[in-house]
Amino acid sequence: MAATEPIVEMENISIEFPGVKALQDVNFRLFPGEVHTLMGENGAGKSTLIKALTGVYKIDSGSIKVAGGPRRFTGTADAQSAGISTVYQEVNLCDNLTVGENVMLGHEVHGRMGINWRKTNLAAHDALVRLGLGGLDPKAPLSSISLALQQLVAISRAMVTNSKVLILDEPTSSLDANEVEGLFAVIRRLRDEGVAILFVSHFLDQVYAISDRLTVLRNGEFVGEHMTQDLSRGQLISMMIGKDVDTLNSLGSNRGRAVHAVGAPYYSATNLGRQGSIEPVDIDVHAGEVVGLAGLLGSGRTELGRLIYGADRPDSGDVTIDGVATEVHSPVAALARKIAFSTENRRDEGIIGDLTVRENLILAVQARRGWARPLSRREQNEICTKYLVELNVRPADPERAIRNLSGGNQQKVLLGRWLATNPELLILDEPTRGIDVGAKAEIQETIAALAEDGMSVVFISSELEEVVRLSERIIVLKDHRKIGEITNGPLVTAETIVDIIASEGSSE
Amino acid sequence: MSAPVSRQPSAVQFVTRLFHQPYVWAIVALILLLVINLTKNPGYLGVSVNPATGNLSGNVIDILRASAPIMMIAVGMTLVIATRGIDLSVGSVMAVAGAVSMEFMNNAGTGSFGTAAIAVILALGISAVLGTLNGILVSIVGLQPFITTLVMMLAGRGLAKVITSGQNTSATNESFRWLANGTVLGFPVVFVIAVVIVAVLAALVRRTALGLMIESIGINPKAARMAGIRPVGILISVYIVSAVLAGVAGIFSTASVMTVEVAKTGMTAEMDAILAVVIGGTSLAGGKFSLTGSIIGALLIATLDKTIVYMSIPSSATPAFKAIVIVVICLLQSPRVRALFNQRKATTTSTRKEAVSA
Repeated sequence: MAATEPIVEMENISIEFPGVKALQDVNFRLFPGEVHTLMGENGAGKSTLIKALTGVYKIDSGSIKVAGGPRRFTGTADAQSAGISTVYQEVNLCDNLTVGENVMLGHEVHGRMGINWRKTNLAAHDALVRLGLGGLDPKAPLSSISLALQQLVAISRAMVTNSKVLILDEPTSSLDANEVEGLFAVIRRLRDEGVAILFVSHFLDQVYAISDRLTVLRNGEFVGEHMTQDLSRGQLISMMIGKDVDTLNSLGSNRGRAVHAVGAPYYSATNLGRQGSIEPVDIDVHAGEVVGLAGLLGSGRTELGRLIYGADRPDSGDVTIDGVATEVHSPVAALARKIAFSTENRRDEGIIGDLTVRENLILAVQARRGWARPLSRREQNEICTKYLVELNVRPADPERAIRNLSGGNQQKVLLGRWLATNPELLILDEPTRGIDVGAKAEIQETIAALAEDGMSVVFISSELEEVVRLSERIIVLKDHRKIGEITNGPLVTAETIVDIIASEGSSE
Repeated sequence: MSAPVSRQPSAVQFVTRLFHQPYVWAIVALILLLVINLTKNPGYLGVSVNPATGNLSGNVIDILRASAPIMMIAVGMTLVIATRGIDLSVGSVMAVAGAVSMEFMNNAGTGSFGTAAIAVILALGISAVLGTLNGILVSIVGLQPFITTLVMMLAGRGLAKVITSGQNTSATNESFRWLANGTVLGFPVVFVIAVVIVAVLAALVRRTALGLMIESIGINPKAARMAGIRPVGILISVYIVSAVLAGVAGIFSTASVMTVEVAKTGMTAEMDAILAVVIGGTSLAGGKFSLTGSIIGALLIATLDKTIVYMSIPSSATPAFKAIVIVVICLLQSPRVRALFNQRKATTTSTRKEAVSA
């Protein structure tokens, strides 16, 4: 951090979209050899600022200087040639290509006979080694490796051009603790090489672990720039949401609720399993109970959720709902039995991007009614008004295309879609992933309130603290099987679950 | 954004909304073609009424008549494309429907109304069977729509030849012929039938949730499934609808000459249908669709065909001429060009505002 001249200097940046001021007079500086975190709620303008810097969006006013010279980017290629590389929130790689092809896409090594694939793969290997991914075969298809590894491949792809500036937009949202550590080691190495790193993450711990400096945005406006060590977490959160910290602290107090795990469970499955997906599991959920599924990435927590919903067809298991033996082999069947499932993969399995917020909200209700009995416009408006207000969706405009909403607000609309079906059992897979503190708190409150009203909830999250905070009972999964079940209590913490997962492996 | 618009008079609102439709350039092109024809012959748009029969006649009526079969296949194609599919077999299905009806009437011997009715039912029935096959292969077996319907396109043409033993088959049946050459309230029967079918279909799609479900499947099939939509039934239905409408188009185009030319009937009709859909603003990537747009597209193609003949452009040059017109329209519709226009509009309105405030 010896450098005194910023490599990137953005001054008074404003960007306006039809009807929205996405950014207003925002300043941002990035120094070589530092990790600078961009903080803010959903819709604060983080992604917009990044897209302005990478040439995706044109700025309406303001100036961008890179390495001292003024720049006007008209496309991503411009930004890349200025030494700015980006890894976006959602992995943007080609599933059908190999790891090496993805890393080297556009930078293949050419020989006299066109592309020299041997050398290209070697170069890809070198790029992977630089990130400590030497064990990854460049010839393996990208689809064969985990989402977490794909993220790292995306980073090594960004570094192939020897960028001076690396932008990481929520790179850790799908990584488990070990992988995050691995990533941070890489980030530190790149930082020490003099690369300026712009980092976006919603995980405060990670922000404090890795960043030297941070800039806070709120509602498209610049709030402040501080050295990380000068700012307490409480101060940071207040800056982000513009609210007092005490309101946030009151959140974690949902654990004093009554115990519901008595009597007959509302949903009960024994030996629910699917070959190659998850080994047979027993799971009970009582009315008004939140059951957490905890485990690391790839432990089978999502797979179990999908089996309960019938998104994947279970090949074993007996299911009883409200005392009646039944089968749930498809989403259609699940919805008919008042089960709803909010997927972790918002973009691919959740939103219907080109449709409006209203159409997305009513979709599941409409699907259950069948095509021949359309909801009247009045009924549609009732659903919209109810959930847009209740879940505090911003902007609360039902006729806006859902893809124009920020991630957190899309998530709220999806939650509304499932709640509109009046489910008795709600399965939530990572409902707070990639969401800021404020929206997260709102969604957690909603979940607690729903359970309070008698809904059965299966809660899946990679954030163990969150699982512990919300769940009454926690089912711990590891390597695609259930390894334990604990009833939550004052003595149970995230460490308890970590211990269960850790000791399970060593006892063998 | 919507609030100030609603305060404007409804006519202005209508025009503003029209200008935001992707098919606005198709309408402009349509008008332009008519104007070109008018410059050659000022009486081009004249419609005369036959005092004896009350029938309307004139170039416009001819265009409406010619547009009917294109409209049929274009509307079916729109629904298929909206689900991320494509139906290349419509031209062949037209030939099959024509072959079945002609062959049946030829063998029946009598030219009665009953014979014509059975011929129509047979033709539409076999079209539905072919459509069901397409739908099953796409939705249950999981073949790609392109391959499935390409195979059906080849097989259908073959089937038509088998039915007629490879001969161009003619028949005489006044009831059947009336479909193509008759009039209702002065308008060609084909056009009236086409309008009724389109209206019924549009109501079916937009007054129920079918349209929403078709769009959902087209935009994001995985998410649609997770939301509880059953794709199989909807996919099979759209392929059946497309094939049955192709059957109707086949009847229309054979009835006018009472002959099926197995190697010619419906030839490259799928191209006209796809073009009409694209001109109408429905993306080939699936998702949002516009039946109105496709109908305008069909009208445009029919007008274009007639204009080419009217302008005595040599027949060898017609495909090229058609291609040029369509490319220009597609260019004008492209997001990039539209963005350019919007930018210019934005700057002119802002300068106007400044002038007012000053």
